[in-house]
Amino acid sequence: MAIEAVDHSHWSPLLGRLWWDAIPPDPIVWATFAGVMLGGIALVAALTYFKVWGYLWKEWFTSVDHKKIGIMYMVLGLVMFIRGFADAIMMRLQQALAFGGSEGYLNAHHFDQVFTAHGVIMIFFAAMPFVTGFMNYVVPLQIGARDVSFPFLNNFSFWMTTSGAVLIMASLFIGEFGQTGWLAYPPLSGIAYSPYVGVDYWIWSLQIAGVGTLLSGVNLICTIVKMRAPGMNMMKMPIFTWTALCTNILIVAAFPVLTAVLTMLSMDRYLGFNFFTNDLGGSAMMYVNLIWIWGHPEVYILILPIFGVFSEITATFCGKRLFGYTSMVYATMVITILSYIVWLHHFFTMGSGASVNSFFGITTMVISIPTGAKLFNWLFTMYRGRIRFELPMMWTVAFMVTFTIGGMTGVLLAVPPADFVLHNSLFLIAHFHNVIIGGVVFGVFAGINFWWPKAFGFKLHEGLGKISFWCWVVGFYLAFMPLYVLGLMGVTRRMRVFDDPSLHIWFIIAAIGAAVIAAGIGAFVLQVAFSIWKRKELACDGDPWGGRTLEWSTTSPPPHYNFAFTPVVHDIDAWEDMKRCDVAAPKSGFLDIHMPRNTGTGIILGGIATVFGFAMIWQIWWLAAITFVGMVGYSIAHTFNYNRDYYIPADEVAETEAAAHGQPLPAGA
Amino acid sequence: MSDHSNPHAEDHHDDHGAGHGTMRDYVIGFLLSVILTAIPFWLVMTDAIADKATTAIVIMAFAIVQIVVHMIYFLHMNTKSNNGWTVMALIFTIIIVVIALSGSLWVMHHLNTNMMPMPHDMGQLP
Repeated sequence: MAIEAVDHSHWSPLLGRLWWDAIPPDPIVWATFAGVMLGGIALVAALTYFKVWGYLWKEWFTSVDHKKIGIMYMVLGLVMFIRGFADAIMMRLQQALAFGGSEGYLNAHHFDQVFTAHGVIMIFFAAMPFVTGFMNYVVPLQIGARDVSFPFLNNFSFWMTTSGAVLIMASLFIGEFGQTGWLAYPPLSGIAYSPYVGVDYWIWSLQIAGVGTLLSGVNLICTIVKMRAPGMNMMKMPIFTWTALCTNILIVAAFPVLTAVLTMLSMDRYLGFNFFTNDLGGSAMMYVNLIWIWGHPEVYILILPIFGVFSEITATFCGKRLFGYTSMVYATMVITILSYIVWLHHFFTMGSGASVNSFFGITTMVISIPTGAKLFNWLFTMYRGRIRFELPMMWTVAFMVTFTIGGMTGVLLAVPPADFVLHNSLFLIAHFHNVIIGGVVFGVFAGINFWWPKAFGFKLHEGLGKISFWCWVVGFYLAFMPLYVLGLMGVTRRMRVFDDPSLHIWFIIAAIGAAVIAAGIGAFVLQVAFSIWKRKELACDGDPWGGRTLEWSTTSPPPHYNFAFTPVVHDIDAWEDMKRCDVAAPKSGFLDIHMPRNTGTGIILGGIATVFGFAMIWQIWWLAAITFVGMVGYSIAHTFNYNRDYYIPADEVAETEAAAHGQPLPAGA
Repeated sequence: MSDHSNPHAEDHHDDHGAGHGTMRDYVIGFLLSVILTAIPFWLVMTDAIADKATTAIVIMAFAIVQIVVHMIYFLHMNTKSNNGWTVMALIFTIIIVVIALSGSLWVMHHLNTNMMPMPHDMGQLP
């Protein structure tokens, strides 16, 4: 299936590079497009028929409530996770088929886009929204605040992230996506070797989503530093809030590097600069160096908040205070700093000398020490605890085992001589999936099962959750242990066809594993749907797990204003302390509550940003100019909107609180 | 941070935030900035220092002093503002910037020495 050379050099002032040749010449894409269009039309029709557009707009899209924005992040993450997983299944199928002279079913052009899109989507548009969603939802509740510091900015951040996701989805049907791998190393990603729109889609979706990520980082740092409840000093903060603080510090320090690198690559591609070309003093190696200065902190941005999730779950389901709270905080801070001095381990083989390689090899091994300390803290929390093996705890135990294996293969890769053998092989692929699935994905499912009752007032169904859990764990090992074997046999990553028949069996096992994971995802979707259907039977009070931190002191779901009275904190596990001391919340004396008003500015700016990105990708200069001016103008106009807050009257608060006391509340509330 | 707590979550106005500068501060800052900008220009325009490398180092030094002047007179940073968080953020920023710059220089020096194209054919070396 040789791909015919298509001439994409067409350009017109009105449509830029956009022309009929932007439709991908691929029946698989056409069928997907037809399916997506039918599904999309059905969804829009259903939403219109049931008249929920107004509700969605008023209650969700324009909401500045951190809880609703957090849930919208989770929905975005889940949708993009399923898209990224579809890419994964396509790759597994291709590699299982393409043996013995068969070319498989994906041509090279398509396969290269699939593995690029899989990596980009899973990191930027699945994992990042998931962790940002958790932090958004949980942090203000845990610190006893009524919202984040900058509620409108929060809404805007979400829509910028969504805007990036929309662009990356558009690349599936209009034009192409990059064929460069998820970090788009030049010179391959330069204009000489990737002349069409694929890399531009990559650049603009990440630039736009990056604005959202950075601003949400600033917002959450400010929230944690400035808005903690009285009495909650730094060393009384819940551990999830601690990890969220360190994560957002990492975001704020690391993402500008990505922005700068992407800008330089754009200048190379659009304006004929030579930062990363082979000519005129450019160096592609500088790109690799810079992008990993962002890239290594990025993996800790993903895993640190998840460490926080596991810490909360372990303490809650073992009925004990977390073992070694102080050491946990220091381990988190040490990881925050150390994550900046290990980046070279991503390119040991690029040609640095022995001194550089050994320095970064040693720092990489050192960073596993605080991570190991955390693991022992969880184990010692479990030791002699009254462990309840409910779903969140099951995910946590699976994480501890799986993540440890992934960590150990990581330490193997940290040895530079070993890395020379293993780099770019499927061993590496197996390693980072081992830590990202075993860490981040398991943590996301643990966290969803843990905080779902808080967000919606009913638990998720346990039986279906267990099916999902076992499919995921078994499927993970089936899918990725063969890749370790293949990597040790010397198979490199991103291969489309294979000659050696002895490799075939391992790829078949891996494909079966991916199918089992697909069953796990299916069971999760069923679990959610079934639980919503049976929400009356599964209903729970404000504190269904015997929680320890302040979010469990509210009703489920919490009222719009979170806390009628700002709680006063005396201990690390503030809610546990209140329950033990039998502190009762006041039933009278409510005051007016000052709240931020909803605004459509975030979604409108996000929409304009999507069009701007699209115009830049297709080089429709007039549209890019108009939308850019529009974005800046609209932002300035928004600053003149003084109608941005209101008061919830004390009577209404009293009514809400009385209704909340009508439902069964735990002692002390 | 331990002894500071907000009595009301919605009440941000009583924080010990960064002070607003006086006219005097801004004038001093402005004059210092102008002087610190003019001297490097003068160094380059008149070739006051014969050695180009020395000139570059001197200009870099002026740039660093300029950054400090901006932080003190325009950003009003001192050790007490925002309960020391400003200084903490500054220290963290310096650590990260130093790591990123010195690390990149070290790594790229190695890569430049080892990996860049050679002017002569390696095959003809003894």
